[in-house]
Amino acid sequence: MSALDLTTGPDGRGRLYWLLSDVANIVRRGLTHYRRQPVNIAWQLGFPILSVLLYGYVFGSAMTVPGGGDYKDFLMPGMFVMTMAFGFINTATVVVHDSTKGVIDRFRSMPMASSAVVAGRGVTDLVVACAELAIMMLTALAMGWRPDGGWGFLAAFGLLLWLRFALIWVGVWLGLLVPNPEAAGGLFAVAFPLTMISSIFVAPQLMPDWLGWVAAWNPISSTAAAARDLFGTPAGGGDSWVEQHALLMAGLWPLVLTAVFLPLAVRRFQRLSR
Amino acid sequence: MNDAYAVRAEGLEKRYGEKRALDGFDLAVREGTVHGLLGPNGAGKTTAVRILSTLVRLDGGRATVAGLDVARQARQVRARIGLTGQYAALDEVLTGRQNLEMFGRLFHLGGRRARARAVELLERFDLTDAADKGVGGYSGGMRRRLDLAASMILAPAVLFLDEPTTGLDPRSRGDVWDAVRALVADGTTVLLTTQYLEEADKLASRITVIDQGRAIADDTPDGLKNLVGGDRIEVVVAERAEIPRVVKAVARVADGEPETDETELRVHAPVTDRVAALTDVARTLQDEGVGVEDIGLRRPSLDDVFLRLTGHRTDKEAAA
Ligand SMILES: Nc1ncnc2c1ncn2[C@@H]1O[C@H](COP(=O)(O)OP(=O)(O)OP(=O)(O)O)[C@@H](O)[C@H]1O
Ligand SMILES: [Mg+2]
Repeated sequence: MSALDLTTGPDGRGRLYWLLSDVANIVRRGLTHYRRQPVNIAWQLGFPILSVLLYGYVFGSAMTVPGGGDYKDFLMPGMFVMTMAFGFINTATVVVHDSTKGVIDRFRSMPMASSAVVAGRGVTDLVVACAELAIMMLTALAMGWRPDGGWGFLAAFGLLLWLRFALIWVGVWLGLLVPNPEAAGGLFAVAFPLTMISSIFVAPQLMPDWLGWVAAWNPISSTAAAARDLFGTPAGGGDSWVEQHALLMAGLWPLVLTAVFLPLAVRRFQRLSR
Repeated sequence: MNDAYAVRAEGLEKRYGEKRALDGFDLAVREGTVHGLLGPNGAGKTTAVRILSTLVRLDGGRATVAGLDVARQARQVRARIGLTGQYAALDEVLTGRQNLEMFGRLFHLGGRRARARAVELLERFDLTDAADKGVGGYSGGMRRRLDLAASMILAPAVLFLDEPTTGLDPRSRGDVWDAVRALVADGTTVLLTTQYLEEADKLASRITVIDQGRAIADDTPDGLKNLVGGDRIEVVVAERAEIPRVVKAVARVADGEPETDETELRVHAPVTDRVAALTDVARTLQDEGVGVEDIGLRRPSLDDVFLRLTGHRTDKEAAA
């Protein structure tokens, strides 16, 4: 990945113009995938929606929220977070396909900006994440979820996307790390427990001490807690420092993840030419 | 004849751990020609192509493509090359047309020209009927052709083809050859690796033989064949008992010791005065009443070259 160079190319158009054009074309390709296989969105949302139904209706009456409030209201923001969290599997799956099928090699042999390959992937994933959140929220509204509107709502939406953004780099890194698409499927087995040990389904203070501690410090718990707060739905409290500073941590965690995994992903990408 | 070189490589080295994939590889490809790169599995053909097409960094030596250094001017090199790798590099979800249009736009053609170019290439590679079907459902031959089309979007100065016809039926192979010839007629230089000796013989005006990461021969197809020796006379008999008499008849006209293949009941030997030798042997055998299955003159094939130079035949034949 070469540094951004704004000098003018031989065709009279700047490098920046072509970089943006390359990114736009990669995004267009990513979105065309969904247009040609709309069922993929359904697959990606299937699990969160099923979880909403299962937890909301089957276990719902048995679940309590510390500090009171309706469990379904508590659950919904957690589902949004889970949808974002599982997103890194989608990123990894596309990347591993592209690298094993040689598509990335073709891109790299072309005069396009190679950073556009990664940037385009990121933008695509964020656009898809917006669509997924919209669908999930409509489902939640249909089930009786009633968030506060206004700036709080937008801020929560932004925090959810911010988490998804950080996980793009985890996905790209993993996609370049795993040897084949089949192995990428196995990532679900890793992701599932990681999302369970968090505040998505159950407030950490209702868990055994040590597990509650781990769950509270799980990055996605901070996003869930902050989103609940901003939506004005029951937050499930918690006295630990990290739970008291959910909003701060929901901003910080993704930053930390990006700082760690973005360089790792770039290094992996550069290693393709070894 | 043009004296400029489209590709020059000197002492290329590439190591993967202990393995030396390239070990001082030299190559010079004249502008406007098809140059064959021939070698057994694992010889380093793909590695050489990947280095020259800027996909992989070299560990030693230097290389220029279209006069540009592959290490220091990679980006400029990329604007002048096309690459069809050993395995098709396509988006399986998109249609054939969408693939070509996407690559066209990424080659900075702009939307309208990318669309027009896609139509043209689909037509040329006989993919118009399948243009709007997903590539995931394409046959191996269709994928190969689409992959080739993608590497020809810009009519590149130098085109790298890594085993472009492996797995194609004879008709598709002919289409690929036609497309390559058309490009060369328009001034493109082609570096072609292949497992098919016939293909190199047909298309390439010059051939480099690579083995264990090193160029072990570099010549015209005819020059390589002369390396192994000139024409040979060859007689196949019906019964083993006839062999000694055939050897005697062949030895009278041959330039060298006749060689015998007991299992195929074949006797062959180098000759210079081709027609005289052939008529002489034929007449002698007929007079003696020897049962001859086949008699003829044979030019050495590139297979013979290969066998002589590397000590083994191409793997496909070894497997057969
Ligand atoms: N990425 C890699 N990591 C480790 N070893 C490699 C790598 N790429 C190539 N090699 C090794 O380098 C050698 C040359 O490989 P290369 O693919 O260039 O051969 P080839 O002539 O193209 O063979 P084939 O006819 O099978 O395509 C082989 O021994 C191969 O195992
Ligand atoms: Mg190869």
